Amino acid sequence: MLKRISDHPVLGPLSQEEIEFEFDGKSYQGIKGDSIASALLANGVRTLRFSNRDGEPRGIYCGIGHCFECRMTVNGVQSVRACITQACDGDVLESQGENRGERHDDF
Amino acid sequence: METFLNPRVKTAGSVMMISDVVVIGAGPAGLSAAVTAAEAGADVVVIDENPRAGGKLLGQLHEEPGTGWWIGAEISKKLAERAVNAGVRILTNRQVWNISQKWEVALDTGECVKADYAVVATGAAERPLPVPGWSLPGVMAIGAAQTLTNYYRVRPGDRIAIVGVDPLSLTVAHELSMAGADVVGIYLPGKSIFAGTQADPDTNLEYLAGMSDLAPNAFLRWGGKLAANKTLRKLALTFFPKSGLPLMGTRLNLRKSLVSIGGNERVEHVEVATIDSQGNPGKTRTVKVDCVCISGGLYPVQELTRDCGLVRIDQLGGTIPLYSPEMETTQDNLFVAGNVTGIEGAKIAMAQGNLAGTVIASRLGLLEGKEAIDRAAAAVRFARKSSAITFMPDIEEGRRIADDLWLERVRENSLAQKDESYA
Ligand SMILES: Cc1cc2nc3c(=O)[nH]c(=O)nc-3n(C[C@H](O)[C@H](O)[C@H](O)COP(=O)(O)OP(=O)(O)OC[C@H]3O[C@@H](n4cnc5c(N)ncnc54)[C@H](O)[C@@H]3O)c2cc1C
Ligand code: FES
Repeated sequence: MLKRISDHPVLGPLSQEEIEFEFDGKSYQGIKGDSIASALLANGVRTLRFSNRDGEPRGIYCGIGHCFECRMTVNGVQSVRACITQACDGDVLESQGENRGERHDDF
Repeated sequence: METFLNPRVKTAGSVMMISDVVVIGAGPAGLSAAVTAAEAGADVVVIDENPRAGGKLLGQLHEEPGTGWWIGAEISKKLAERAVNAGVRILTNRQVWNISQKWEVALDTGECVKADYAVVATGAAERPLPVPGWSLPGVMAIGAAQTLTNYYRVRPGDRIAIVGVDPLSLTVAHELSMAGADVVGIYLPGKSIFAGTQADPDTNLEYLAGMSDLAPNAFLRWGGKLAANKTLRKLALTFFPKSGLPLMGTRLNLRKSLVSIGGNERVEHVEVATIDSQGNPGKTRTVKVDCVCISGGLYPVQELTRDCGLVRIDQLGGTIPLYSPEMETTQDNLFVAGNVTGIEGAKIAMAQGNLAGTVIASRLGLLEGKEAIDRAAAAVRFARKSSAITFMPDIEEGRRIADDLWLERVRENSLAQKDESYA
């Protein structure tokens, strides 16, 4: 996991309990307690959906459930806010939006 | 009824819960109100749309003079545990959609909570500050970056530019560099109708006065104190280095603005312009980054207080409900606490929550006499006096306006009552 902050000068050690979930058909690992948005970002995934009109990529903005920029389909339920929804083991996540452009998210 | 928008709550449907007190928002204010009321013996339900209790406290991390590190995640956890031990039911993953009289709180799950007393502690949110290119993945509000870094422990980027100069953006810049990110600079927003005075170097220096006690840099400590005075501020701006001021591993720029964000499908670079002391742009330069954090300022969230008497007081951050010295709104038994009454730090929010909880416990007959309320009110004043961080530079004036408006209302009401009794 690329962006996980494992050694922090002030905060304690990280939880070691891993979870596994799927996003757009690919499998990813997160840490127990992650939000869907934080689990994906830790894997370098910034694009969570595509805009309806032009299929432009969109990621999180507010992080507190206000803007709905992070909405995605979670286990078949549409338009769930990834920033304030906990990621759970076995989740099946899908991005929303038609006309999607090419993905550039994978490192 | 099927649950929608809410895959994490399985027990949805027309469940009705009854309690003495319902608290909306599990931030420091709501949790403190719940703890105080419940420890006095009240039956309390707290609702929050987040998976975890703590609100904006979850992501906070700063070193305070004298008291050491303020680790929001730990404080939130302790506060929530204390609430649960006192019998508080904390219902997370649930959004409050409506609150109707005396008091029925409707949730997105179809559930409903009925209580004699309600506390609205919905806190603060960030004002969006549009910058060309801001819809690219990798651009986020400064608060999102704060929670990701300090709570979820994920670095939002490796090379980060920050737009907006205020106590929050400086605090988060420090937090990001502690977490190993390279914060390339803190810039003013470009001049636009959205940015308003935020693009104005002078206004920004005034903001810095709000954090002079926390400033880790001598110039800022000194500059912050100095910034409270308008003439001295002009002088400081004239001397403010064009190349910015080194600050916690980054550079604070009051003579540079971030004019646009670019990249193919994600943030790759920003355009930065040198500006004059009025904020007008000159030469621009491209800086490579993979993340941009925007700080547009905070405002109190009033989605659920629309039936209260509301007033706009800019010094407090926006619109607030009028409320009594006991935290009660113009609606009987509907209380408020925390940033919903104006933008202040977490300790003040906690003290306000404790005051609301104390008043409610006393109305429920669980506390005798007025001493507990007086003590709780004094604790709010003390928290304000000793606060290490001030978000709104004219907060005291804002408070005064709010207090006066309440007194005016009380006076008008008692006059109206007299008129009625003569009629
Ligand atoms: C981005 C950001 C960063 C901040 N950083 C600092 C800092 O570093 N230091 C500091 O002292 N202060 C900081 N503050 C100020 C902060 O607001 C206070 O410290 C404190 O958290 C306010 O407490 P509160 O309980 O009033 O509100 P909040 O902490 O905002 O909590 C409100 C809670 O209510 C919930 N809520 C709102 N509406 C609903 C609804 N309809 N249904 C269900 N739940 C709802 C929210 O999910 C949230 O959990 C920050 C504020 C913001 C917005
Ligand atoms: S990022 Fe704004 S709602 Fe999730």
